[in-house]
Amino acid sequence: MRALAHEVDLEIRLLLDAIYHRYQHDFRDYAVASLRRRLAQAVEHLGCLSVSGLQERVLHDPTAFPSVLQYLTVPVSDMFRDPWYFRAVREHVVPVLRTYPSIKLWIAGCGHGEEVYSFAIVLAEEGMLDRTLIYATDINPAGLEAAQAGIYPLDRFRRFTENHRRAGGKSSLSAYYRAAYGSAAIDKRLKKRIVFSDHSLATDSAFGEVQFVSCRNVLIYFNRTLQDRAVGLFHDSLCRRGFLGLGAKESLRFTAHAAAFAEVEHDARIYQRKA
Amino acid sequence: MIDTARIDAIVVGGSAGAFTVLSSLLPALGPAPRVPVLVVLHLPPDRPSAAAAALGGRGQRVKEAEDKERIEAGVIYFAPPGYHLLVEPDRSLALAFDEPVHHSRPSIDVLFESAADAFGEGLLGVILSGANEDGAAGLGAISARGGLTVVQRPDTAEHPFMPAAALRAAPASAALSVDELRSIFAGFDTPSRDRGALDD
Ligand SMILES: C[S@@+](CC[C@H](N)C(=O)[O-])C[C@H]1O[C@@H](n2cnc3c(N)ncnc32)[C@H](O)[C@@H]1O
Repeated sequence: MRALAHEVDLEIRLLLDAIYHRYQHDFRDYAVASLRRRLAQAVEHLGCLSVSGLQERVLHDPTAFPSVLQYLTVPVSDMFRDPWYFRAVREHVVPVLRTYPSIKLWIAGCGHGEEVYSFAIVLAEEGMLDRTLIYATDINPAGLEAAQAGIYPLDRFRRFTENHRRAGGKSSLSAYYRAAYGSAAIDKRLKKRIVFSDHSLATDSAFGEVQFVSCRNVLIYFNRTLQDRAVGLFHDSLCRRGFLGLGAKESLRFTAHAAAFAEVEHDARIYQRKA
Repeated sequence: MIDTARIDAIVVGGSAGAFTVLSSLLPALGPAPRVPVLVVLHLPPDRPSAAAAALGGRGQRVKEAEDKERIEAGVIYFAPPGYHLLVEPDRSLALAFDEPVHHSRPSIDVLFESAADAFGEGLLGVILSGANEDGAAGLGAISARGGLTVVQRPDTAEHPFMPAAALRAAPASAALSVDELRSIFAGFDTPSRDRGALDD
């Protein structure tokens, strides 16, 4: 079956080339169909007439790129999103991590930080946070800033609390944030063990040696080529028998690295590097 | 009445009242329809994805769509609850966690618009019963790209709003009774003499 070529897809290709050469952000191997929708919104929001118009703006007006970046990335998340994932981490991963004198975790594509703080809380509850370092990375500077600030609207915490409970939470979530004026700020104790940094799965290289990589709901935005690259980075960053956790609807099945990992828990999408 | 020979894929969308209609339509496709079928149904979020399993007739290959999976003829794919389902330009499937559209994720518009881009004239779009306007813009997109569009006749739908809105957005659509829809679906059944090769 042959794909139909459309003008819009051609314009998108040119825009992504322009962004890559001008800003070194590489979206050229992202899945196209959802990108098309989000770029249509960006065209409208920035008052352009077409994707080509957006390209001109992005090239000549450096202040426009940060807003376009918000459309190219999707930071939607929750604390303890898909609670069964954190339950499975507790059950299958924590007992192994516990055997290491010092623990390193990499959370790739950390969005606004909800997932990062969820991990910090699990580790605190298990008494392991003090000897853990969490690397939290993303390509969106505005997102990283929000993640580092760790301040969320208070009304989201009803859901967070319910998720935390379903994730097998051993303490009260309220012990980890301070509420004021409709917002809640994550406790400094959790932040001490977290390093936020800018890292792209599309252009950067492997990341130190870690025992666990959690990369959830990022790979679905990539095409197979880029998925292969990212999973290759995870493989190279993990120690022998290190763990990899993916999003609820992601799997290694269609990637080139499927054979290099063993499945630990199917529903939670937790894998272990073989050798 | 409808030229099914030019069709390479079917997309189906529905909401309130569509589940029963769909369960009477899908069996008409037979065990090995000639084309792939992609379905978005709005279901309450607590309802498990068992919907897909419950809807497949005997011997049909029904499954929840997986990210970056290649589309195969004869398979009926359902969007997983909580994720948009899209078709990539190379006609593989993609999932996305973007914002809901018309308060819906999965959204019918999102599937239909991406499938219209990927399949063009070779796409048949079907809108069933439902109480919101998701799917109308999508059906319009299919029509604009030269695909075929049909809706469940609003006065036969438990909830006429969705097919009526779709009909307004894609006025060339045929408005059909469930029996008429069923006979269109039956046109994709492969004759049993061709089936041997597909079965093993
Ligand atoms: C939907 S969020 C996932 C948040 C969280 N991991 C979760 O599952 O809830 C996707 C994140 O991936 C980030 N992202 C997109 N492309 C990336 C890349 N090439 N490298 C690293 N992060 C990327 C986006 O900026 C966004 O914050």
